[in-house]
Amino acid sequence: MFSSDGRKVVTIWIVLSVIATPIVVLVLGPHLPPGNGSGQAHEQVVDNTWMLAILTPVIVLLAVFFPYALTHFRHRGGDLEDGPPLRNDNVVMTWWLSVTSLTVLFLAGFGTYQLLQNGSGGGQGPSPIAVPSGSKLPVQVIAQQWQFTYRYPTYGGVETPQLVLPADTDVELHVTSLDAIHSFWAYELGVKADANPGVDNVAFVETRGPQTFHVRCAELCGLWHGYMFNNGKVVPQSQFAAWIKSQQTAFAPVAKYLPKYSKTYYPDPQRRAG
Amino acid sequence: MSVARRLVGFNLLTACLLGIGGWYVGWFAAHAVVGPSLNFFTQVDFNELSLVMGYLCGVIGFLVGLGFLNYPLARLRGYPPSLREKETGGIGRYFGLCTDHKVVGIQYLVGIGFFFFIGGLNAMLIRTELLRPNHQVWPAGTYLTIVGLHGTMMMGMMTSGILGPFANYFIPILIGARRMAFPRIEALTFWLLMAAGVILETTIFFGGFPTGWTGYQPLGTQANPGIESYYLFFALVGISMTLLGLNMIATVVTMRAPGLTWTRLPIFVWGVLSTAVLMVLAAPVLIAALSMAVLDRVAQTNFFVSAQGGSSYLYENLFWFFGHPEVYILALPGFAIVLEILPVFARKPLWGYRLAVGGLLGVTLLSFLVWQHHLFFSGINADLRPFYMLSTELISIPTGLTFICGMMTLWRGRIRYSVPMLFCLAWFFNFFIGGLTGVFLSDTPSDTTTHGSFFSMAHFHYTIMGGLVFTFFAAIYYWVPKMTGFQLNERLGKVHFWTMFFFFNSTFFPLFIAGFLGQPRRVVTYANGLHFINVWVSISAFCLGGSMLVFLYNFVKSLVFDRVPAPADPWGSKSIEWQLPSPVPVHNFDRIPVFSGDPYGYGEARPTTVPAGAPAGMN
Repeated sequence: MFSSDGRKVVTIWIVLSVIATPIVVLVLGPHLPPGNGSGQAHEQVVDNTWMLAILTPVIVLLAVFFPYALTHFRHRGGDLEDGPPLRNDNVVMTWWLSVTSLTVLFLAGFGTYQLLQNGSGGGQGPSPIAVPSGSKLPVQVIAQQWQFTYRYPTYGGVETPQLVLPADTDVELHVTSLDAIHSFWAYELGVKADANPGVDNVAFVETRGPQTFHVRCAELCGLWHGYMFNNGKVVPQSQFAAWIKSQQTAFAPVAKYLPKYSKTYYPDPQRRAG
Repeated sequence: MSVARRLVGFNLLTACLLGIGGWYVGWFAAHAVVGPSLNFFTQVDFNELSLVMGYLCGVIGFLVGLGFLNYPLARLRGYPPSLREKETGGIGRYFGLCTDHKVVGIQYLVGIGFFFFIGGLNAMLIRTELLRPNHQVWPAGTYLTIVGLHGTMMMGMMTSGILGPFANYFIPILIGARRMAFPRIEALTFWLLMAAGVILETTIFFGGFPTGWTGYQPLGTQANPGIESYYLFFALVGISMTLLGLNMIATVVTMRAPGLTWTRLPIFVWGVLSTAVLMVLAAPVLIAALSMAVLDRVAQTNFFVSAQGGSSYLYENLFWFFGHPEVYILALPGFAIVLEILPVFARKPLWGYRLAVGGLLGVTLLSFLVWQHHLFFSGINADLRPFYMLSTELISIPTGLTFICGMMTLWRGRIRYSVPMLFCLAWFFNFFIGGLTGVFLSDTPSDTTTHGSFFSMAHFHYTIMGGLVFTFFAAIYYWVPKMTGFQLNERLGKVHFWTMFFFFNSTFFPLFIAGFLGQPRRVVTYANGLHFINVWVSISAFCLGGSMLVFLYNFVKSLVFDRVPAPADPWGSKSIEWQLPSPVPVHNFDRIPVFSGDPYGYGEARPTTVPAGAPAGMN
């Protein structure tokens, strides 16, 4: 089927793949982003690990093929010498097409399955399709140039400058914007959702233990885009209850100036972005 | 003829003067239309219509000055049709409208090279800023303008990076023709691009623009007037691309020499044809989207202003419907160059010709079906995400065909490592990394973290710089001896290659890690923990910039000072362009050649092309 060179490359490839794949998965897998800060982040790590496991043999194939071919078939000397006029090989082609197609279809199928599990932390628009079952804490993320504020509709619509979430809770994030397009990116929680003016972009996250996480804007939104970040916290549920009460008290004097809670807001008077 | 006498007429000097004059005509005219008076010197609000009209009239003046109106007017006055203009004469041909496809190719090479250099300098300025985690060198607005200028210049100009210089020069030769189908349109595409490049740079006089190369709305609506430069630049590039694509398709379809059937076309011609199809179908969408954005600003329409009933998603969709084919407009010519050059240096026929063609066409088709993978988390069509994930990952299959065809061409060859070959082999390395990381980006769950981060930025630099720019240089080292008749220094070429290859990877590979660790794109600040990676990347980037200087030195030294004449066929290629003298005479062929096979007959007895000998001087 294959020439002796071909058999050699294929053998080395199979042996090295069998050795390399578990090593790569075991060594790199635990360090893959974004970590295990939430259920969604964990699923992303699983996804990344699977992809790495599938792609390792592909990397090994090229890492074996090219050094072999480039050293073995090198022609030294000034004269021109032609190689054999091989123009096709149905066996190689069938193998190649089958393997790449199966890999791709598997990756797409696996990704779709993972995506529909819990939404993978991505913004799903106003009518999400991958919705975790059970009760969820709604939190609104309002982006504007150049900061995020957070609104807790189930706690009287109080608005805070910092995102604090209770541990081990399903949270329903409603991301919206007042001006340009922003993107709410909570790195450790594995959440990313664009904030569009006039749009309610819903993302879900299942928090785990207490931790600090970073929030950054991930969509270019103008002058101070680079400074649009702050920290958030996941705290034990009792601590969260105390915190939200303190916020309600602290912001009571300004609460009456806030607009009524709504899925989206427009600045009044209506104006163009900015 | 005195020098002064020569400067009068339709040439670049006249064009620049008329361009500036036209700018002022448009500026005054728009003020007269919009304002009740012309006292704009005391006006507080910026009259943006005047800026747009200034640019448009400036471009028209520029083209009139070059003489693009002469032929249509002559035809109106009843003069006979002609296809050629200003093709004889010395160096002056290169500074004006010339319909010789070889002159246009060299104009493109120098013009695009110039703007590529400017775009590269912008990258150096970006990396200077990122030497420290906090912003320090540039004001935040200036930084964003530099980021936007770098991205827009590269994504706009380099669309024609291979089609401009090399397709214009070699497509007619490779298909056995004496000219392109529409020679004047061919010249027009080049001069439009030059006008566009200048317009983009003038943004610095009007406050720059904060949107990056994507120009997202409604950020674009609130930006400084400088954003009009971005809109007009990209719209002009879009027009240039559409015309270039149409010209290429018409030429390849209608002007092939006898015997040159579809299965005998050089793979480079197939690559150009696929790219041209992408250009013709994608670029008009960009022109439409940008026109709407300009109207939003100057005519108070609300296409993209959601507070007034428009939609920012409309812009995102229109932009990426262009924007994703656009990245394949950049990548496909690279595939074609690699597959064209490999057989020459592996001394074997191109392996799996039909599959290679199928790969190119497959990428062309699929690239129109993937654009919403840029919008996975934008909040539209959550239920369409699996489809876009699938279609995006399917592109690996035709791309993989390019890989296997290239790899099997190397297999059992007699490989020689000349400079063009080194750049082609680097393509495999770079594009492989770009492709693998693309799998992470195409997977929606994984994309939650990588989207909008330095990971995606590193990914597209691997595919575009690693894919297009490396093959751009492969094509330069391979074909410039034919285009100019002079050899490029091989030793300096190898120094250029190894420094560029090493520092390219040293620059962009760490950025995958920075992205995985959470550094977003286009930010002026980053977390302190990422300081080391960013300093490493910046220093590597400066060295990468330095490797371009090696190239520049080599190019100028070899072509201006050393001037070692190149043999007609320095690489031992069997392709037809190498059987013509270097540089190629004005009419290419004394007599139209007859093809009896493809140009890859290495190790085969039969001749591939018969340039039939005939009396010289035939038109």
